[in-house]
Amino acid sequence: MTIRLTDRDRQMLEGLCGEGTRLAMSILVRMAEAYGAGDLLDVTQAHIDGCGFLSDASLEFAETLASRGAKVSIPTTLNMGPLDLQNWKAFGVREDFAAKAIRQAKAYTDMGCIPTWTCAPYQGYLTPRFGQQIAWGESNAVVYANSVLGARTERYGDYIDICAAITGRVPRQGLHLTENRKGQLLVRLVGFDQARLREEAFWPAFGHFLGPAVGDRIPVIEGLPPEATDDQLKAFGAAAASSGAVALFHAVGLTPEAPTLAEAFQGGRPEGTLEVHPADLAAAAADLSTADEGAPVAVVLLGCPHFSFAEFRRLADLVRLAPGKSRVGFIVITSTQTHALLLRSDMPAALADFGVRITLDTCMFHTPMVAPGTQVIMTNSGKCAYYAPGELGVKVAFGSLADCVRSAIEGRVCREGRR
Amino acid sequence: MIRHLTGRILVPGSAEGRALVSPGPLSFWGGFNPKTGEIVDRRHELSGQIITGRVFVLPGGKGSSTGSACLLEGIRAGTAPAAILLLKADPILALGAIVADELYGRSVPILVLPEEEFRSLRDGDQVAIERDGRMTVGSPDAG
Repeated sequence: MTIRLTDRDRQMLEGLCGEGTRLAMSILVRMAEAYGAGDLLDVTQAHIDGCGFLSDASLEFAETLASRGAKVSIPTTLNMGPLDLQNWKAFGVREDFAAKAIRQAKAYTDMGCIPTWTCAPYQGYLTPRFGQQIAWGESNAVVYANSVLGARTERYGDYIDICAAITGRVPRQGLHLTENRKGQLLVRLVGFDQARLREEAFWPAFGHFLGPAVGDRIPVIEGLPPEATDDQLKAFGAAAASSGAVALFHAVGLTPEAPTLAEAFQGGRPEGTLEVHPADLAAAAADLSTADEGAPVAVVLLGCPHFSFAEFRRLADLVRLAPGKSRVGFIVITSTQTHALLLRSDMPAALADFGVRITLDTCMFHTPMVAPGTQVIMTNSGKCAYYAPGELGVKVAFGSLADCVRSAIEGRVCREGRR
Repeated sequence: MIRHLTGRILVPGSAEGRALVSPGPLSFWGGFNPKTGEIVDRRHELSGQIITGRVFVLPGGKGSSTGSACLLEGIRAGTAPAAILLLKADPILALGAIVADELYGRSVPILVLPEEEFRSLRDGDQVAIERDGRMTVGSPDAG
């Protein structure tokens, strides 16, 4: 199949805009063929998932583009990287690994990317607008951008993300197109009282449940409280994009493409209905924990996705009222942007006094924050709880933020309602 | 018995090898070790098998988009399969093979087969793939 190209596309493909841009365009055109797309469309913002050093090939790819003079043509943010760029030595990151990771980071910033180094770009710099065509990577960012903001992106992973950023073009297909954003599966919350819907752990547990239940269908959720916060939707989407492949959900009365049920389905009928009961979410929450109640906790890990200013506020409020200090490791991961705001707030002293250690730019799964031999970690993140047993070889206790604070003081898993 | 099949080309190329048939989909991230060529997803039916040099018959990819990077690294390191035959087009795997072609000038052909032809492939079949998508399949049991 032949892809219809504009004059500008052809100039890029023929190398008239430089050798790096030619390489990026060649990959995009070949991917358009693989997707079965007829042509390309413009994107006006990108978020790069492939900026973290993963393998020698990922480094060679980035350095090849950069050394051939490629530059991004649209505002482009960077996902979290494999190390805390300021403090990596304190985490015992190997020198040879760090050297390659720093080279790869430099290749991306040399191409003009904005060094945001965060997996929650929607809470920092350059939040996309409703209807904006963008090329984003990072599963939790993709589901948030599509669902909560109403921007339009496919799930772009390593390599194609930077090709889109350089050329400003992507294959015309998938979630870029209105007809592919239509709701498919009606999801009904049945039997939840208002208090239950306000519980913090409801959101990641619901996301964890929903991921595998919807498969590759777009869910339309009825019954979520309209006062849901950005952070709750973030926790929900991140969990659903970890346990499943959810890249777009609609929540009636809450997300911008679903003012009504009919609009969420674009006037069509649901392909099916899924009823969710409180017992389903109790089971999902239990499934997120592999550690027993009362087990000794080695470290509490928060900020998956990166902690927002509002989440720090909630944590600070909790630790100020707490009857003691953390007896275990207590790590919160965030971006330099949020951290800069935090430093200008009234919170740093209270957090430090409790024993909170703040880490920037990176991720618990990419930098060795968890010491070898660690038995049990605790988190309030559905995404972290989903990946930690496999990626870190630990047992994990999932609980609310308040549970995490309480458990840190007690030094053991200690959750409300289970003591 | 020699059969002739034709696939839709996701990534063109010619290759030859013995088929290895995966009953279920595989995420190359967390499922394939590019250092050794082994399937390391311990819940996968082919856990422990080496796919290097095989014609890997796979219903589809799944999971993380980092799978592209794992296939690319496998092609770079020489541990990748000789070819991948899919039932359902998979952009994650296609991307890894396309970037390998652009970066190193070597790749893994990836084709999508119609269901009946896909289901006809058996472990150990000798498969030859041409650049135009035509394939020749010899089954050892029928000589």
